[in-house]
Amino acid sequence: MSEDIDKVSIQITINGQHYKRDVEPRLLLVQFIREELGLTGTHIGCDVTYCGACTLLVDGKPVKSCTMLAVQADGCEIHTVEGLEQDGELHPLQKAFSENHGLQCGYCTPGMLMSSMALLAENPDPSPDEIRKGISGNLCRCTGYNNIIKSIQAAAKEMAG
Amino acid sequence: MSWIGKSPNRKEDVRLIRGQGYFVDDKQDYGLLHLHLVRSPYAHAHIINVDVAAAEALPGVICTLTGAEVKELMPESFMELGPEPAANIQDYPMAVGKVIFQGEPVAAVVAETPALAADGGALVDVDYDMLDAVITAEQAMEDEEVLHESAGTNKTWQGVYEYGEVDAAFDEAATVVKIDRMHFHRFASTPVENNAVVAEWKRHGELDFFCNNSFVGFAQQLLAPALGVSVDQMHIKTHDIGGSFGNKISNYTQMAIAALASRKAGGRPVKWAETRTEHLLSSGHGNERTFLDTEVALDKNGVITAVRSRHIDDCGAYPRYEPLGCVIWSQVLPATYGVRNFRIDFSQAVTNKCPAVPNRGYSRMQHLWFMERIIDICAHKLDIPADEMRLRNYITEFPYTTPNGCVYDSGNYPAMLEKAKELIGWDDWKKKQADARAEGRLLGIGIGTTLDSGTNNFGQARIMNPHLPFSGNSEVATIRIDLQGSVIVTLGSGPSGQSHETTTAQVVAEELGINPDLVRVRSGFDTGWNTFVGHSGSYASQFAVTGLSAVHGACEKLKAEMRRLAAFILEASEEDLEFGIGEEGPQLSVKGTDQAVNYWYMGNLVNNDNAVLAGELGDVTLNIRHVYRPPFTVPDVERKYGNLTLTYAAQLHIAVIEIDRDFGHPRILAYAAVDDCGTVINPKIVGGQVHGATAHGIGAAIMETFQYDETGNLLTSSFSDYCPITSMNMPDVQYGSIQTPSPFSYSGAKGMGEGGGAPLHTVSAAVQDALITEGIIVTDSHHSVTSVFELLRSKDESSGVQVDKR
Repeated sequence: MSEDIDKVSIQITINGQHYKRDVEPRLLLVQFIREELGLTGTHIGCDVTYCGACTLLVDGKPVKSCTMLAVQADGCEIHTVEGLEQDGELHPLQKAFSENHGLQCGYCTPGMLMSSMALLAENPDPSPDEIRKGISGNLCRCTGYNNIIKSIQAAAKEMAG
Repeated sequence: MSWIGKSPNRKEDVRLIRGQGYFVDDKQDYGLLHLHLVRSPYAHAHIINVDVAAAEALPGVICTLTGAEVKELMPESFMELGPEPAANIQDYPMAVGKVIFQGEPVAAVVAETPALAADGGALVDVDYDMLDAVITAEQAMEDEEVLHESAGTNKTWQGVYEYGEVDAAFDEAATVVKIDRMHFHRFASTPVENNAVVAEWKRHGELDFFCNNSFVGFAQQLLAPALGVSVDQMHIKTHDIGGSFGNKISNYTQMAIAALASRKAGGRPVKWAETRTEHLLSSGHGNERTFLDTEVALDKNGVITAVRSRHIDDCGAYPRYEPLGCVIWSQVLPATYGVRNFRIDFSQAVTNKCPAVPNRGYSRMQHLWFMERIIDICAHKLDIPADEMRLRNYITEFPYTTPNGCVYDSGNYPAMLEKAKELIGWDDWKKKQADARAEGRLLGIGIGTTLDSGTNNFGQARIMNPHLPFSGNSEVATIRIDLQGSVIVTLGSGPSGQSHETTTAQVVAEELGINPDLVRVRSGFDTGWNTFVGHSGSYASQFAVTGLSAVHGACEKLKAEMRRLAAFILEASEEDLEFGIGEEGPQLSVKGTDQAVNYWYMGNLVNNDNAVLAGELGDVTLNIRHVYRPPFTVPDVERKYGNLTLTYAAQLHIAVIEIDRDFGHPRILAYAAVDDCGTVINPKIVGGQVHGATAHGIGAAIMETFQYDETGNLLTSSFSDYCPITSMNMPDVQYGSIQTPSPFSYSGAKGMGEGGGAPLHTVSAAVQDALITEGIIVTDSHHSVTSVFELLRSKDESSGVQVDKR
């Protein structure tokens, strides 16, 4: 049981901030971020890599942090929803989600935004079908997705200038 | 400028798009403990022994709870809403002696961390003696295996709803269509946020809850007697709730466990955060309904004159709130059709499955699906086009009193049909369908008309149990000008994504002549605000009527006070004053002059500087609490007659679906949804609700089901098996709306959001239309690849539909 578990030292950079912690090897990345660091913008919804509420970027790649151990992220650079706004300026995706009513309860939104970030980094001008594929690992129960697709299209347009 | 009918950006978004929402699981507290529930792997079993010794010996574990202990600690079991004998069911939040469904909690472990609590849970040793499981309501009604000895029967409710001259209508019918059996399947809207609560039973006696219950007005009335506290001892708060769709109405049972755990842990706060599998197994499923021996009488023109049928609801292991579903469907007894003669024999039974809870479209959706199936099956059998069949049967005069006394406020179903046809390109698809059929392809076009009845008359509960002390409805809002002149509003609704902060700010801005940015609407629910009544919560498509009427009423009272105060300050007559925004912010001014007084001045005068006020202004506080009550009377319980709902929003959907003949895969080629919720407060938000409800319905129709095996083992207990709808399965919805203002709400708005399950009716209709060339009749609401494949395979068997032409 846990008292026998040796903790492991890890170093992770999250939204540009460097963290060093000793953690149990079994600790999930999402638990580390939420419970150890108090970054509760990243949410938990399903535990089986289906819903994507816990999506964040690990070295630029979208990862569902409920199925990655904190120790696996040792040495990685991570971005979460809290890092999207820069110098008081919302990211175009954040603005577009609000303007296009791409969120209701807001629980899936952080994961949805982070998947969208990864999608637009790889494909700055995605078609609606490409957007559907890009967010297919993120569940939303409120919006019916149509407005999320519109939001991402709007953000892509804004980012292209 | 008018703010009604506009779509300003949502106030809620400011925090939610930054990851700054505050959901229950986000709460961290000094000394916070974590609770893990040990759950039964069996659906039906005696509990021989629960051994928690090893768990308690684990360092970091603070305490444990077993079912037997929970029973000792609770002065009484939870109230069951149903009448005797169901009222005698002993309903504890943890199994006592016997397990009634898979996933039912049997023990709890409280520890310093979530991981330690789970470790402790793994050390709890439970001995079970397995019993045969009762899986269908029909099987349960036979009472061979009685689940609750305290009730002595599995039959939890039965009643006959009879109106008009049913048998005479059948005697005079030109055609009688008989449908042996139909079935509406079990699913739920499964919000992405699971249930969660932090309970803190303080040593001085107060009990704090930070939770995501979506109907706190009701939950507190169940919790207080069961925990042996007064309602006032409990301080219940919500903040952001990650969706509910009705499902979170029933998490009061877990709130009770967390409270008892906190007390046992010496008053330390205890957090319980459900996992997804726990949610799917045990938090609540939508009710499953079976329709037997349905007979439909039609005249020579295909107009339905009478329906008689037998309906059975499967409420799962504990009836709890659910017997209300035995009545709530009757809000929409004739659906959108002018049928005057009904005899529905309605029963409900318990089974060894997860308890049923309200789920978006609660109880009405099942009945509306039934009526839509009747319309389509009769249309096909009588060779009347599905659109024409509806036009012959739609209600067209409003207000319309249904055979059971409900008053449909307004509507225009033919106009909605016309609009939906335009959106989808009806004529074009009809041509394509003819071509497809000529090629032997299975292409169907289906229509679904539905009602979203909103603002319950709780008096309908008495039709189910005459002893219940509920009737009418109400909601509260408070508004005040605080000592800095800010406009502060609190609500009783405790929303879960429905944008109440935004629409409230629009109504206040409209009334005060300011803009929504100048209105602060507090997030969530808090009993400490004194902004609640027994009906407070977000459910049953009612906020636009109950919540916003409360806000509107509060504004009117506030304005009256502000006028009196401003008239005194400005030495003007009240009639000469107008509300607006000036150079120094929101103000009242004397028309045609530069004389004005701003909110800061008024707020300060009342709160800080009141000796200057005239004596007759002694009652002015600028702090208003207003309760809105809809004009209901208590229904006639004997006749099951009365107005059960205030407003009737409607939706009309059309789907085009092609079915793969070899594999059964139903592919949605086009989809249109037309909404009518009367006057629209915020078009963007209404559109969002329509899209969301459409996704739930399509997901339920083509993917999602809670499937149990014969031992009561849930086969779809993770999202990987349950497969909620994703962006890949959701069609692009062509959305339109019409507005028939309600004469019964101050603004003409109708409550909306639940959506009435329109996609289920529509997809069933389209699948039916696709398969009719194969002689297949659709009598189940689930159309997954597997279900449709089975339908195609069974096409040679009898459909269970007979037509008797006279």
